[in-house]
Amino acid sequence: MASSRRLSQRQVAPWLFLAPALVMFTIYVLWPIAYSVTLSFYDWNGLYDRDGQFTGRFVGLGNYRELAGDPAFTVSLWNNLKWLVLYMLALPIGLFLAIFLNQTVTGIRLYKSLFFFPFVISQVVVGLMFSWFYAPNFGLFYSLVEWITGRGVAVLADPNLVTYGIIAAGLWPQIAYVLILYLTGLNNVAPDQVEAARLDGAKGWRMLWHVILPQLRPATFIAVIVTVIGALRSFDLVSIMTSGGPFGSSRVLSYYMYEMALGEYGFRMGYGAAIAVVLFAIMMVFISGFIWRMWRQETER
Amino acid sequence: MTRTTSAAAALVGLGLAATAAVGEQRVVTFNSNFDAAPRAIWESVIADFEAAHPDIDIRLNNFDHEAYKTAIRNFLTANPPDLATWFAGNRMRPFVEAGLFADISDVWEENNLSEAMGATEASMTFDGGIYGIPYTYYQWGIYFNRDAYERAGIEPPGTEGMTWDEFLANCETFQAAGIDCVTTGSRALWPVAGIFDYISLRTNGYDWHMQLTNGEIPWTDDSVRRVFAELDRLRPFITANHAAIDWQDAAALIVQGRAAHYVIGNFAVGTFREGGMSDEQLGFMVFPEITPGLPRAEEAPTDTIHLTAGAQNPEDAKTFLAYIASPEAQTRLNAEGGLPPNRNASVADDPFLQTSFESLADASALAQFFDRDAPAEMAQAAMEGFQQFLVQPEQLDAILNRLEQVRQRVYAAQ
Amino acid sequence: MFPRPIQQAPAPARWLYAVALPVALLLWLFPLLGVALTSLRPASDLAQGNYFGMPSAIAWSNYVEIFRQSPIARYMLNSLWVTVPTVIGSIALSLMAGFALAVYRFPSNLIVFFLFVAGNFVPFQILMVPVRDMTLQLGMYDTWYGLALFHIAFQTGFCTLFMRNFIRALPFELIEAARVEGVAEWRIFWFIVLPLMRPAIAALSVLVFTFIWNDFFWATVLTQGPDTQPITAGLSALNGQWIAQWHLVSAGSILAALPPVLMFFLMQRHFIAGLTLGAVK
Repeated sequence: MASSRRLSQRQVAPWLFLAPALVMFTIYVLWPIAYSVTLSFYDWNGLYDRDGQFTGRFVGLGNYRELAGDPAFTVSLWNNLKWLVLYMLALPIGLFLAIFLNQTVTGIRLYKSLFFFPFVISQVVVGLMFSWFYAPNFGLFYSLVEWITGRGVAVLADPNLVTYGIIAAGLWPQIAYVLILYLTGLNNVAPDQVEAARLDGAKGWRMLWHVILPQLRPATFIAVIVTVIGALRSFDLVSIMTSGGPFGSSRVLSYYMYEMALGEYGFRMGYGAAIAVVLFAIMMVFISGFIWRMWRQETER
Repeated sequence: MTRTTSAAAALVGLGLAATAAVGEQRVVTFNSNFDAAPRAIWESVIADFEAAHPDIDIRLNNFDHEAYKTAIRNFLTANPPDLATWFAGNRMRPFVEAGLFADISDVWEENNLSEAMGATEASMTFDGGIYGIPYTYYQWGIYFNRDAYERAGIEPPGTEGMTWDEFLANCETFQAAGIDCVTTGSRALWPVAGIFDYISLRTNGYDWHMQLTNGEIPWTDDSVRRVFAELDRLRPFITANHAAIDWQDAAALIVQGRAAHYVIGNFAVGTFREGGMSDEQLGFMVFPEITPGLPRAEEAPTDTIHLTAGAQNPEDAKTFLAYIASPEAQTRLNAEGGLPPNRNASVADDPFLQTSFESLADASALAQFFDRDAPAEMAQAAMEGFQQFLVQPEQLDAILNRLEQVRQRVYAAQ
Repeated sequence: MFPRPIQQAPAPARWLYAVALPVALLLWLFPLLGVALTSLRPASDLAQGNYFGMPSAIAWSNYVEIFRQSPIARYMLNSLWVTVPTVIGSIALSLMAGFALAVYRFPSNLIVFFLFVAGNFVPFQILMVPVRDMTLQLGMYDTWYGLALFHIAFQTGFCTLFMRNFIRALPFELIEAARVEGVAEWRIFWFIVLPLMRPAIAALSVLVFTFIWNDFFWATVLTQGPDTQPITAGLSALNGQWIAQWHLVSAGSILAALPPVLMFFLMQRHFIAGLTLGAVK
């Protein structure tokens, strides 16, 4: 009798412990995803009429059909791709910096901290810093280019350069993040394996490639994940530095979605939702890879 | 009764007395997006109104100018005030269509406003209803730096301006002197719409421009190309990198004399003066004539105030609206900038407001501004197109095709 | 150790390293230094085109100015009002959820766990319209709790992943022993597991604090004026007002960056422990 009560307590307890988190998570994450998907089949300006009735109109796949022929959407998608590819530069650069800093000279702790610095700063601040850096006529970058070539380049006004300019700003904190991951990873590299390899005459690139990198695989894995997420979430910098301009050349899906749904001329909630669904689908490709790997790890135990 | 409870009772009594005093007043809530200077004026106008109507309490709730544009969508549905500021024309259309602004034809009728403010009535009217009271409008035109003229060795023009060919010829001279002939800061897009609107009004005229913004002319039409052809002639003389700077940055170029002309609204005069420009250095002219003989239309956006459909106290709000429409109130509201829409009000004693007023008085017609004359989506796409054309003129065909696509979708949906 | 300790390298390499280190740091922090320097420049320097030279004077007054001219103090306070409850809330929720997922075996355990994990990676945009609409309908738009509630829910996903893995690494015998003694489940949670969670709580507090303080997207979506807007959104609004006044923008930026930077320096060990969870396993 007593033991069956204990058992049922153990059956109920996990759900009681889970309840608050699950409720919040359902209200604020799961349900909104379903709602956004539904909204993407509607044309809705975000307003309710005087009686509080939803004023949207069902348009089926209309929003998606429009997306397919929308040049701004194509530009955003391309830019997202540029972000994804170029953001991956954070990995080699971060690794290189980590190797550079993985020493035990005096003051190295402070050096490391200062190198981590950009990661802690808000992207809004990073965006403002780089806007100042690129500013035409007096920005440091502009002046530097002007000094070298005789003609300054206003990166944020140039439709062909603007996205790269913003990505460079984004890479700064991202590299710092990857650096942190790799420094910790290097700390955990098994010293005996390194020594053994050294005795075998391995050094430099060969050592890095055959001995170190395989051991850093968990760090690399996390670094790839956070970099992909960072690249797809690139909203803050675009919003602060260019608002998607000039003429939408630096738009990315996350910003375009915001613009369509809540921008000054936007308030097309359904269309915005459709963009969000596409972004979500892209992210799902990456998430499922991650989840699959974790799932395997968990079920193997 | 113990001492504490009696003290509490006394406090409650005091509180009641206080609320009773307020309770006699009927509250009108008013959401707005005034900048600092106009806000101060509005507060004093409201104080006067309250003195004349001691039973009405106007509660002003001021928002940041830009944030307001998105905030209004929220509060109109979630928590409507009695009154709200907004803009005329297509900018107010979604709110009228969703039934969020109230028809105030009665206020117009009772106060004979059609006679005093007839010029703006059309931009406030939808489907036979009139949906707001205009309280200010401001002219666009060309502001210029006389010192820049002197340095380039050109005689500065009068208010009447010059012809387009003369203007462009001068631009060559300015360019040779190392001065940007025309400046703008198009980071926020809208400033380029001012340039386009004027070239459009001067090339094909007001009626055509209205047809264009009403979606009646295909963007791929030759008449549209004519406007872009004129814009293309001006293009080389516009400040490089305008897409990276804001309108205030460009104003600084005028102040410093690094640029000669600025196609901008009257609100920029304050910025020029703050930058250290004297009224002697600053000049104003109307936008040059392009197609000879076209009646001169001007760009003059109107700011408005609306009664919301969810208003708690519409009666007193209407009393206040009638007051705002009166010549006295309009004179005061525009004392430090802007022009009063009520023709019986007087224009402030400011040289630039006076010239603005005169040039508008004999204008053939007034356009609002691209983003008020055209629906929001069309405006957004078009303004991007204008900016892109200035940076990538070779993309003209692609731009026009895109705008045509947007036109076909946007106006079909309306 | 990799790479080989520099102490074992020949003298020239050691010298080179000693020089390269500060130079690299200087280059790395260049944008930051530029902005820090600009924030101390008198406005007159900028007007005269002295952007890079030595400032003609150190203008601490810029910092005084931004407090006087703008509601930046209010913005910072708003940030705190959103951040602190979020830290407390998300850690409380995730401690319980993590405990449930780590200690109990029940059929849908892994599914629930992966729901939280996957939720972490969702792009914000797919939540934006419904969350904003719901917040509006509930009358919580433009309030600190409207924003904090969302943050708590969203951060719970990440924190649960962390907590669950941390609890799993604890010696399970402790719990077993307590169960044999007949200790109630909630007491096991409260008296046995919780005291062991201190490092995890510290690590997550620092991380969540930084994430939320730096959040810009939700701040723009769920708040609108100086009365509730946190510093990130506030700074963006001020940037619109302070056009061409880079000394003020810079000072504001430095100020906005200060709290998370301080947090990072004070709690660096926990911070890195939090970030690298899973990266080394």
